[in-house]
This record gives sequence, C-alpha cells and structure tokens, in this order.
Amino acid sequence: MSAEPSVTPPAGAAPATPVRRLVVVGASLAGLRAVEAARRAGYDGALTLVGAEEHLPYDRPPLSKAFLDVDGARGADTVMTFRTEEQLRDELGVDLRLGSPATGLDTDAREVLVGDERIPYDGLVIATGSVPRWLPGTDPADDGPVGGVTQLRTLDDARTVRTALEAGARLVVVGAGFIGSEVASAARKRGLPVTVVEALDLPLTRSIGPEVGAVCADLHRAAGTDLRLGVGVAGLETEPVAAGAEPAPGGAGRRVTGVRLDDGTVLPADLVVLGIGVRPATAWLEGSGVPLHEGDRGVVVDATLATGVPGVYAAGDVAHVANPLYDDEHHRLEHWTNAADHGGAAARHLLDPAAARPVETVPYFWSDWYDHRLQFVGTPRADEVRVVADDRASDGGFVALYRRADRVVGALVLDRPRDVMKLRRRIADRGPWDEAVEHVVTTPPRAKR
Amino acid sequence: MKIVAALDTCEGLGMCEAMAPDFFEVGDDGVVEVLDDSPGEEHRTDLAAAVDACPVLALTLQG
Ligand SMILES: Cc1cc2nc3c(=O)[nH]c(=O)nc-3n(C[C@H](O)[C@H](O)[C@H](O)COP(=O)(O)OP(=O)(O)OC[C@H]3O[C@@H](n4cnc5c(N)ncnc54)[C@H](O)[C@@H]3O)c2cc1C
Ligand code: SF4
Repeated sequence: MSAEPSVTPPAGAAPATPVRRLVVVGASLAGLRAVEAARRAGYDGALTLVGAEEHLPYDRPPLSKAFLDVDGARGADTVMTFRTEEQLRDELGVDLRLGSPATGLDTDAREVLVGDERIPYDGLVIATGSVPRWLPGTDPADDGPVGGVTQLRTLDDARTVRTALEAGARLVVVGAGFIGSEVASAARKRGLPVTVVEALDLPLTRSIGPEVGAVCADLHRAAGTDLRLGVGVAGLETEPVAAGAEPAPGGAGRRVTGVRLDDGTVLPADLVVLGIGVRPATAWLEGSGVPLHEGDRGVVVDATLATGVPGVYAAGDVAHVANPLYDDEHHRLEHWTNAADHGGAAARHLLDPAAARPVETVPYFWSDWYDHRLQFVGTPRADEVRVVADDRASDGGFVALYRRADRVVGALVLDRPRDVMKLRRRIADRGPWDEAVEHVVTTPPRAKR
Repeated sequence: MKIVAALDTCEGLGMCEAMAPDFFEVGDDGVVEVLDDSPGEEHRTDLAAAVDACPVLALTLQG
C-alpha cells in the first residue's frame, strides 16, 4: 500500500522538546498501529516496541472464530500476524523487545523498567491491553494450572481450546459474554455438548442491555446450547492426572471433571472456558503517577489520549477515553477498531501535541454466534432501547436502536450487515432518533439465505 | 490507482465503508462491494485510511 503524503507540521506547532526516543509498551494491535503511525508521520528517531508475549503482534478476533473451526485453511494453526519480523525491524526500524514484560515506569527519570533494564523515553505509548479475570480458585498463579481450564485471550490459550475441542471435549463456558459465546458456537459446530453458565438473568445486560440480551439467549438455545441463567459457579471438580497419562491441555497435575453450581448441580466437563471479563493490564503502572481509574485501574486519558504525565499517552483496551461524541463520557472499550484507531492517534498526538485533536469514536464491534453475526455501533448507555425490526422468524435479522433525548446513540444489528455502517453514520452525525427509526423500518431485511 | 478487494477474505465488517462510503458498501450477502474501483488520485488519503481500517486486511490499493 502506498504511503500517505508526508506530513508538514503547521508553523509553530513543533513540540517544545522534539521526541527522539519513542517507546511503545504492548506489542499487539494498538502498539503496532502506534509504531506504524509514528513512521508514517515522518518520525525518524529511535522506536522501541516492548511486548510481554513471545509472539509478533497478531490478530485476536479470529482466535475465537476461524481458528477454532474444524479444518481447512482457515482452521490451520497459523498465527495471524500483521507484519513479519523483517518488516518491523528493517522497514519500520523498530527495536523489538518481545517476551519481555515491562515491570515498572519511572515518570521522573522517564524510563520504562523491564526487569533490571531501564529503557529511556521522551515519548511513551501505553498499549498493554487487558487480561482476563480468573474465577476464585482457578488462577494458575495461585494454585498451578488445572488441566482443561482456560480463558481465551492469547494464541496459546486458543491452541489449548482447539486441542480440547478436537479431542471431543464436553464444554462448559462460564460467562455468556462475546468470547465465551463464540467458543460455544465453535463447539456446537463440531456437534459437541455445550453448557453456558451465566450469573445474571440475561446475557450481556451490561454491554448491550436486557432487551437484546434476550435475543442473544435465544441464539444459544436455538443452536442446542444448554444455557443456565441466574446461577453462579461454586467451584470446580478436579481429579489428579494418573502418572504417565497424557496431561490435559493447559495443565499438568490436576484436571477438571466438572463445574459445581451454586444450586448444587455438577455439570460434567473436560474443557472449561472462563469468559467472565477482563481487566486492564496496568499492574506495572501502579505508583508511577500515571492516572489509573478508581474502579478497574485502567489508564485515564483525555480526548487526545494524553495521560497528563508529560510525554505519556495510552490507547486500546487499557485506556478510559473521554469521548466528545458522548459529552466527554469516559469509555473503556474492548474493541478491535478502537485499538486500531487510537493506537495510531496516540503516536501522532504524542509526536505533535499542538496538532492533536480530540478523537470522536463511534464504538463498533462484531461477534459471530452460530451462523449469525451481531454488530454493535455506538453506546448502550441510553434513555431507551427500542426493537425497531424483528424478522428473525424469516431469517431476516433484528435491529434495536438506542436513544438519548432525541438523538440516536447506538444500534445493535443481527444479520443485517448492510445497515450497520449507515446507522453508524447517523450516530456519528448525532442524527435524530426519528429518522434513524424511519430508516430501519423502511429498509427491507435481507433476502433469505 | 486501483482498489482490489479480496472477496474471499472480506468479512463484511464495513470499516472501509465507514472511512470511504463513496467507494465501498457492504451488501446483503455480508461482503463488500467496491462502488468505483478506479478512483482519482485526490481520494488517495481516504482510501488509504479505508485500506488500513480493514480488520482482515482484505483491501489493497494498486498504482
Ligand atoms: C478471543 C478474542 C476475540 C475477540 N473478538 C473480537 C471481535 O470479534 N470484535 C472486536 O471488535 N474485538 C474483538 N476482540 C477484542 C480485540 O481483540 C481487542 O480489543 C484488541 O486486541 C485490543 O488491542 P490492544 O492492543 O489494546 O490490547 P491487547 O490485544 O490486549 O494487547 C496488549 C498486549 O500487551 C502485552 N502486555 C501486557 N502487559 C504488558 C507489559 N507489562 N509489558 C509489555 N507488554 C505487555 C500483552 O501481552 C498483549 O500482547 C477479541 C478479543 C479476543 C481475546
Ligand atoms: S473493512 Fe474489510 S472486511 Fe470489512 S467490509 Fe471492508 S473489506 Fe470487507
């Protein structure tokens, strides 16, 4: 792809101290986009990318989708990397530090700590993303890994899940969120028995609201997934792995045999996937002076992605960002497009703060459930959620719109791919509610597949 | 300049349409349709943004 025209900074807009040492911590989507954008903006100083994982930056959404498919090219064990090591090192001039997690940050000395090493910076992009939560008693850091119990965040996790599915595992998913539901879909596609356990009375109430949560519950049931709502997990049933036996995927000494629920039921299981949410990966920033959110300890930034600490910006899953589109409400999004957009913007703003503009984000994510696609644009924080089209009976999909005062602020679309970006535009333009409703009502659902 | 869309890779996620609605539209089949595949040079910046925004790297610009 061709480069953008080179950027000529406006007169007088050069930063007071030009950045010569740019460090990006977190070598995934947001971090990668930051290094790419820095070079594209003409930055020719030192550029270091520090990553905890051994892998080159790779794409996560396929890990719970195509990667778990039965076979064929798309299910092959390929790492979906965005760029080769040569491209990163030679073309982008990146000093790659993989497999080396940052352990601290000294904002006075302006140094990133990686174990005993100190990496000096005058510009820093924090892009350490998020890490899944464990259920009490399942964190391998405390008790050692239990075979057959995993989350799904990394390529290594995805390999664990796929291996177990290939072995015909009975699957229990804890948490009816997006990732857990996608794993359930993959297992049902293989004809395996699946139970999804959700503590709330409906799935996804927090992220898309109860009206739409009910639709998602129907998708599970229609696909033959046993959905248990309003019940918590009391603990895991495990057994020791016999000496000399094949260790269960993801663990060594013990392996899971079942999930015990609050109501006493035990669900037999060979694979338990925890999808109970993530928290920002900011343990390394505690005490550094970088502002962390009082609730989940994510990095708090303004609408230009600046932390307020000189030279330090944050982007992607790790950041709570003020969004001018929604009255500067802070959102911490866990979406691909958000990480991609903000990664680049953080680097550009850092290199040329005088030219920084607030980023107005229309949040957007998609999720594949069984043979259906869910797409959400905007915010679910609304005065009203209205189902404006429901043609599920004829396989024609579903649309719900989210209203604040007389504005349309969000849309959930099931199986109507053509409508999504049109609604997104209305949301970005702060468009009137009535017209958005009218648009959906007068647009026919897609032709039956 | 020519827009090439790998239709077997495209997932119909529509980010290209968000960036450059005059050139891309996701259809009912959930795959992108390129509305004008030989755009003028003046659209290069928008199109480059669209190419970059595609989560599955299905788009390229040639020339
Ligand atoms: C299985 C799965 C499916 C998904 N599906 C979708 C989807 O369909 N649609 C969608 O919109 N989004 C989806 N997402 C979410 C999307 O992938 C994330 O929003 C995106 O990856 C966020 O990018 P990021 O760079 O901010 O963070 P991450 O991708 O989390 O990357 C952060 C990186 O920083 C590293 N790191 C952490 N701590 C340190 C440290 N101290 N030092 C150095 N490095 C560190 C981590 O190892 C990691 O590699 C999915 C996510 C997963 C896991
Ligand atoms: S952004 Fe990519 S995947 Fe999405 S519609 Fe465009 S080409 Fe297809």
